[in-house]
Amino acid sequence: MKGTEARLARIRGRAVPRNHNARTIAALASNPGCARRAILDAAGVDKQRIAAFTGFPAPFGQSRFALARGNAFEAQLKAEGAAQLLALLREQLNLPIPKAHYDDLTEVGGNTSPELRHARTKSLLLGIARNTGDNGTMFDHPLLRLEVGGRYAYLEPDLIAFRVEGKFSVVEVKSFPVIDGQADGEKVAAAAIQSAVYVLALRDLLGDPGAVHHETILVCPENFSSRPVAAKLDVRKQLAVLCRQLSRLARIDDLLGLLPPGLTFDLDPDDAGVPRREPADLAGAIRTVGARYAPECLNTCEMCFFCRDEARDDTARLGKSTREELGGIEHIAAVLGFARGTGAPDPALAEAAVTLRAAARLRADVLGEAV
Amino acid sequence: MSTLRALARVIAAERQFAQPICTVRHVHVSDRPLVVIPLALSGEACAPLAAMVGDDPREPGLLLVPEPRDRDQRFAFAAELAGVAGPYIDSYAHDEPDDAPQFLLPNPAAVAFIRLLGRSTRFRRTEGAYAVPAAVPLLGRWLTFYTERAEVPPSSLMLVLTDVLAGHWATGQSPMEDQNLSAIIGWIDPPPGMTGAQAALAAEDPVRCPPAGPATDPTFDNEVLEARMLAVRTARSTGDGRALARATARMAEALRTQLEPTWTLMWRAVDLLRALPEGGHVPGRWAADCAAFGSYLDYLRGGGPPQAKRDGAVSAARRLANLERAQERLAVERAYDDSLIMAEYRMTGEAFAGTVVAAEPDRIDATGKRRVLRPRVTVETSDMVLARPGAVLTSPARPGQEAKVIEVLDDAPSQVVLELKGGMGRSLTPEPGSVPAVGERVCYATFSDRFQPTAAFPPPEETPWTHGGPPPQYVPRDEDATEVWS
Repeated sequence: MKGTEARLARIRGRAVPRNHNARTIAALASNPGCARRAILDAAGVDKQRIAAFTGFPAPFGQSRFALARGNAFEAQLKAEGAAQLLALLREQLNLPIPKAHYDDLTEVGGNTSPELRHARTKSLLLGIARNTGDNGTMFDHPLLRLEVGGRYAYLEPDLIAFRVEGKFSVVEVKSFPVIDGQADGEKVAAAAIQSAVYVLALRDLLGDPGAVHHETILVCPENFSSRPVAAKLDVRKQLAVLCRQLSRLARIDDLLGLLPPGLTFDLDPDDAGVPRREPADLAGAIRTVGARYAPECLNTCEMCFFCRDEARDDTARLGKSTREELGGIEHIAAVLGFARGTGAPDPALAEAAVTLRAAARLRADVLGEAV
Repeated sequence: MSTLRALARVIAAERQFAQPICTVRHVHVSDRPLVVIPLALSGEACAPLAAMVGDDPREPGLLLVPEPRDRDQRFAFAAELAGVAGPYIDSYAHDEPDDAPQFLLPNPAAVAFIRLLGRSTRFRRTEGAYAVPAAVPLLGRWLTFYTERAEVPPSSLMLVLTDVLAGHWATGQSPMEDQNLSAIIGWIDPPPGMTGAQAALAAEDPVRCPPAGPATDPTFDNEVLEARMLAVRTARSTGDGRALARATARMAEALRTQLEPTWTLMWRAVDLLRALPEGGHVPGRWAADCAAFGSYLDYLRGGGPPQAKRDGAVSAARRLANLERAQERLAVERAYDDSLIMAEYRMTGEAFAGTVVAAEPDRIDATGKRRVLRPRVTVETSDMVLARPGAVLTSPARPGQEAKVIEVLDDAPSQVVLELKGGMGRSLTPEPGSVPAVGERVCYATFSDRFQPTAAFPPPEETPWTHGGPPPQYVPRDEDATEVWS
């Protein structure tokens, strides 16, 4: 593993490593085939920075209004030893929590170092896990860690893990509303995969998959108020996806083996920290790591504009359904070649070529002009 | 997505300009639509921040909520919106209306926002605790009615312009990126000297092209809006009336810069759509829209309660069945109106087009009790023909006439012999033009636009126990009227 570490450090260069969080791990699962993202994240490269440096700054930003609302809702739930949250779990989910002990793990004796906080979380949770009789204990801001691509990623969740009837559950607090019992599907899906990351990390910490429930608890504001409402989420499917993904990433060496030995994304800063590297040179280095661009990347990855530009001749950038209708043909030029009858398809694409030829003939027939 | 549409996207990517995927317009565009562009405060469930509203491109009306987290100001916003939308709706409120109000929204997220706005206002009361102006719950009901109609595929009462444009043109980008109004218009009608692809790229810069909402640009939130909102709050708390007026005006100015570009785009989209010839079945569908509007108008006048939060079992089943039928019917009508859509069915063999190479217009069938007119025509086509002898086909050009397949000769090109029935007048000689002549281009489809009967459902009070039994009748409750909106 030492060699891998050194290799990844070289790729990252002198920049401060970026840590994984539940969101970036979840994003890995959404585009598993992308070697570029896997390498950049494993090496802890600041994707936002290098994307901007090559002229493709990411389109992401967060409004302070949204942040403030999220923080206020979380603070309200956790105030006074999480009184509101406890009442909610008792009343709405009928959880038998007679009394609760509340532990805030944000710091250990004033120290906030991740190693220390993780060690404290671990000893506390393991202690509780061995003591079967102890129910209803809550832990705020436990610090978990998960091995991602051969490196440990610390997970700093805003979640509370609590234990009832011998099992831990993960509680995820989100500030999107549940209106008349329904919430935005995409947001729920994102919350589910993020809580699955926590479940995995918690199981890893306890060394016992059975000790953590596969149902997580999602807490959101109800209707148009800031009154909380809780719902159970079964994240077994997300867990399976994540495990598959992480095991692929564990073989990051395989990916590294395909790359030029001297590869680095270092910006070559001078003494004042001003990058001296040519943007085009960095872009060239990024291109040596293959990407798998899809329009969905626009929502999840800081490299999206870079990769979209690179994929301008590919059908992938027109969306999954378009590519499927085109028989999976990769390049735009090849599609047009088949449609015009100029490209000679290899036998595997013969059927797709016939369909495209027919489509082109019909379009020309109706519009009165050649395609 | 069909192969033809996918191919159009690829061509658009190559040529750098959007390509047509329709030859006619399949939606109704009103002479005087009401454009509504809502903006919401980030992070909140349904906190209106501002809106640009109006039925005249020269007069954009700006509505502003200086303190979006203040409940009273939200209701004031709803009342102001009702002050514009109410009179607009009333101007169409005749008995058996022959025209109807049409709402135009920029994108699907705006519809979701308007739906929530309807949900949070329709149950309010006009007297007692938490009373609101009468126009507020009425607006809530209309917004709910309109957003429900927006889910009905053939309806044009509420149009989502990104979806409508994407339904008529293929761009060289993904369907997800088509939801950016500025980008899709860039592909269709770029500014002089730019390709569509370049215009779409420029449209992604939130400084040049502020997002069409309801979510605002986060950088705008952090760098402009927050300070101006704070200035309003400070002026209010100090009680300085002039400072408050000044701060409010500055906040309005900031939001105007975010809304005005979209306002211009909305009316450009209207112009682009109006420039397309209208499909033959569009007026029929609009008449159904007007009838739906009229019937909800009657319902409101009769004092009907607001729409339920959730459908009962029977109404949900009926609604789904209706949506399915409407979807199928719309697909057929679109194909009949538009040769480019029909081409998608020619791809799959459900329709074919070709030239009449032989015709017996005066052929009489004398084998039955009565002598009947049964002309035969032979159509030559290079399309794939799946229809077999005995199948009954219809042509968009002569929808009232049945064409029975007599014989298919599968050479390339194929020849199809058809026997015609109906739509030729009463005598034994066909009326001029009622039988396709030799040399005429014709198209025949395996589906027709004739009326299909509706499925039968029990009345709600006979909902079977498997579906939860009869739903309780809606009784207005205090909780609904006084629900928190914070």
